[in-house]
Amino acid sequence: MAAPTRSSTDEFVKGLWNENPVFVQVLGMCPVLAVSNTAINALAMGLATAFVLIMSNIVVSSLRNFIPKEVRIATYILVIATFVTVVDYVIQAISLDLYKALGAFISLIVVNCLILGRAEAFASKNTVLRSTMDGLGMGIGFAFALFCLGSVREILGAGSLFGVQLFHDRFQDWVVMILPSGGFFTLAGWLLIFNCVKQRKAKAAAIELGKEVA
Amino acid sequence: MVDESLWSIFINASLVNNFVLAYFLGICPFLGVSSKLETATRMGGAVTFVMLVSSICAFGIQSLLVAIDAPYLKLISFIAVIASTVQLVEMLIKKFSPALFRALGIFLPLITTNCAILGLALFQTNKGYSFVQCIVFALGAGAGFTLALVLMAGLREKLELAEVPDVTKGTALALMLAGLLSVAFMGFGGLGG
Repeated sequence: MAAPTRSSTDEFVKGLWNENPVFVQVLGMCPVLAVSNTAINALAMGLATAFVLIMSNIVVSSLRNFIPKEVRIATYILVIATFVTVVDYVIQAISLDLYKALGAFISLIVVNCLILGRAEAFASKNTVLRSTMDGLGMGIGFAFALFCLGSVREILGAGSLFGVQLFHDRFQDWVVMILPSGGFFTLAGWLLIFNCVKQRKAKAAAIELGKEVA
Repeated sequence: MVDESLWSIFINASLVNNFVLAYFLGICPFLGVSSKLETATRMGGAVTFVMLVSSICAFGIQSLLVAIDAPYLKLISFIAVIASTVQLVEMLIKKFSPALFRALGIFLPLITTNCAILGLALFQTNKGYSFVQCIVFALGAGAGFTLALVLMAGLREKLELAEVPDVTKGTALALMLAGLLSVAFMGFGGLGG
């Protein structure tokens, strides 16, 4: 995992792009696909997940010396479940419409493999500050990815963004984008773009290397 | 109590509102374990079994929590019960069938973080199913999960031999396949009534 020479800023930045949880690590797919049918749902879900991720990273890293190794996974899940319950009630208090739109998926943040993965792979081995930065970066990266998906699906599927109509009345909605299958297709499209960029970078690096050798 | 026939619950859970292809639950094992037909079938069986057990447990817990008036403990107690059920199942299988235990390997503990299981427990309490309805719902969801996993594994085994552009290899291709499967499953809409 992280080399000790990396600064906490690096921990923050890596989650945004190089190790983006959705596009690169392909973790926590269930909520990504399920609630990204409109931009506002996607953003709310992303922020809720980011909050749980940051808080659980902080708690897990500050308790890392007290948690016995044998029961660590169960402890992490209990910590995460506590914060998810908090988020669940907060969203219900702020906006009932949003709560109904997200439905059971708020509770399902508990089993998001991204959060448990970060607790196990990072927060249990690093200081509180670094874990906070890691959670912040990963959380924002996750929210960003969700927003990317949600905006594409809303623009194509309903011709609007954040509920504001973008096109002329005669725009034919791509209904399939709002339906479940649209989620799979949009994510596949984004992954293709990411793969293309990665390949081009790798090629450029290989050419650079060839020049240096020559 | 909901007045829904058992048959329609089963069809709805397995085909119309397939957990994987319509609700996006359990996508991680769906993408991770679906490259071989044999492991996919075993995984489906294990998930169905855990679904059944945790559905029964969740029904009991929900009645208990309603009785002591502490609904905010729902999520925590569900996840704790699921984690311990998986642990229990793991120990039982290890004791009675070491061969099956070796075959399932790492997939068993991973079932804990399978959102389909927790999703099932949450949906059945939200819908207010009775005990028998819960069991049928769990069986239907398990059958649907297994069906999706096996179909996907079959498709991916065929695609191993196909020539595809480099950029689409891996997850992107699997997602496109899943999208097509999901479109196909939309054809079941309205079947369950």
